[in-house]
Amino acid sequence: MSKPNNILTKFKNMPVDGMTKTLFVAITLCLVCSMVVSFAAVNLKEIQEVNKAVDKQKNILQVAGLYYDGIDVKKAFSSFEPIVVDLNQGKFTNRFDPLTFDDRKAAQDPQLSISLKEDPASIGRRTNFATVYLLKKEDGSLDKVILPIHGYGLWSTLYGFIALEKNGNDIFGLQFYQHAETPGLGAEVDNPKWKAQWKGKKINNDSGELMITVAKTQKYKDHHIDALAGATLTSNGVDNLVKFWMGEAGFKKFLTNLQNGAA
Amino acid sequence: MSQTRKQLLTDPLVDNNPITLQVLGICSALAVTSSLNVAFVMSLAVIAVCGFSSLFISFLRHYIPNSIRIIVQMVIIASLVILVDQIIKAYAYEISKTLSVFVGLIITNCIVMGRAEAFAMKNKPFESFVDGVGNGLGYSLLLMSVGVIRELFGSGSLFGIMIFEPVSNGGWYVPNGLLLLPPSAFFIIGFIIWGVRTWKKSQVEAREYKIQTLEEH
Repeated sequence: MSKPNNILTKFKNMPVDGMTKTLFVAITLCLVCSMVVSFAAVNLKEIQEVNKAVDKQKNILQVAGLYYDGIDVKKAFSSFEPIVVDLNQGKFTNRFDPLTFDDRKAAQDPQLSISLKEDPASIGRRTNFATVYLLKKEDGSLDKVILPIHGYGLWSTLYGFIALEKNGNDIFGLQFYQHAETPGLGAEVDNPKWKAQWKGKKINNDSGELMITVAKTQKYKDHHIDALAGATLTSNGVDNLVKFWMGEAGFKKFLTNLQNGAA
Repeated sequence: MSQTRKQLLTDPLVDNNPITLQVLGICSALAVTSSLNVAFVMSLAVIAVCGFSSLFISFLRHYIPNSIRIIVQMVIIASLVILVDQIIKAYAYEISKTLSVFVGLIITNCIVMGRAEAFAMKNKPFESFVDGVGNGLGYSLLLMSVGVIRELFGSGSLFGIMIFEPVSNGGWYVPNGLLLLPPSAFFIIGFIIWGVRTWKKSQVEAREYKIQTLEEH
């Protein structure tokens, strides 16, 4: 018998519970399993990324009221123009490619974000650059602006979009595409009837004060959204995050500039 | 299929149901049964993981050193779960959003580990596979039954299709919000276990103690 065969037979005859075989089984199994897992993760990543992107686009279409069942999301989405906005300046910037720019990654990057002292939406850091979506009419004039918003509810950060009419003050719609609020209570932020309330509400009053409020009792008809029954903390979260993003620290500068044609 | 194999598949459905008789896997049964779509995908995931983990563990059963057998089982189960999770994320993105963490938690589902340790370590691969699938089916059967009750009375729909038009959409049905919350699954599973044990008396466990009266002393 040749030598390598000898080692093999010796190995075969070792007890299963022995040190050598235990280590051999453990290492081989880990190697095989990690290969299977990484193979799956790498190969499916592309499809998953596409899913995520399509889901986001679908939500933008929904908030702009353009979505219906069976629509070709990609084609419909081409009527939107994504642009990166510098929140501190309130102006468009071409520093980043809007197609690849990731707001959430930017919010983690100390170079591209600021730490918030006053943080009603409990988001910790705010990105200095946000991707907004402009919906243009056929003649090229502005129809709607879709702004990304997020903030903490009861259990989770709610990520969503708010669609504004071209005057930058009238709300067309609001929608969250990612959250983990209580089903049946806080998750009713997805209820079409509740979302429909936002349409036509005004963010600021005539003298430019931030008025939009999610509350149980109505103070000003034009600025009032009914809070969700049984979901006080989620409602407060939505109230805070909308106020934050529509305020000075959010998109207010940009919206003002957009009106004056200075964006 | 031979008689015993058939039994391996059908026994866990009622006679030896992992949830109602063994009372395992309750945690995820509470979490994913508020809508049927989610419960269905979760069921498929558990059937796949339970069946294939039993299969692979049974293949390796003569080579698994006793001292690290639980770890070996966990590694195989965990790899399968990650695989399933990735596939769901790629092909059923909407549902993966609601299932979120619970697919990952199949790893800790006692049913999967239980079958690996109790059956697959001692039986041939094909039998183990059938046993795993059978137990996955038993889990699914209960998941779906609880799901039907919770979704129908909690939101008035089945598989997302409106059956009872709720008041909030202009219908007549007032949904019972409690049924959408996890605790309601406790009551429903409790009632189901009561029902099954009234029907099949053999499943009633013997009392471990008995209150004695003074006269007997």
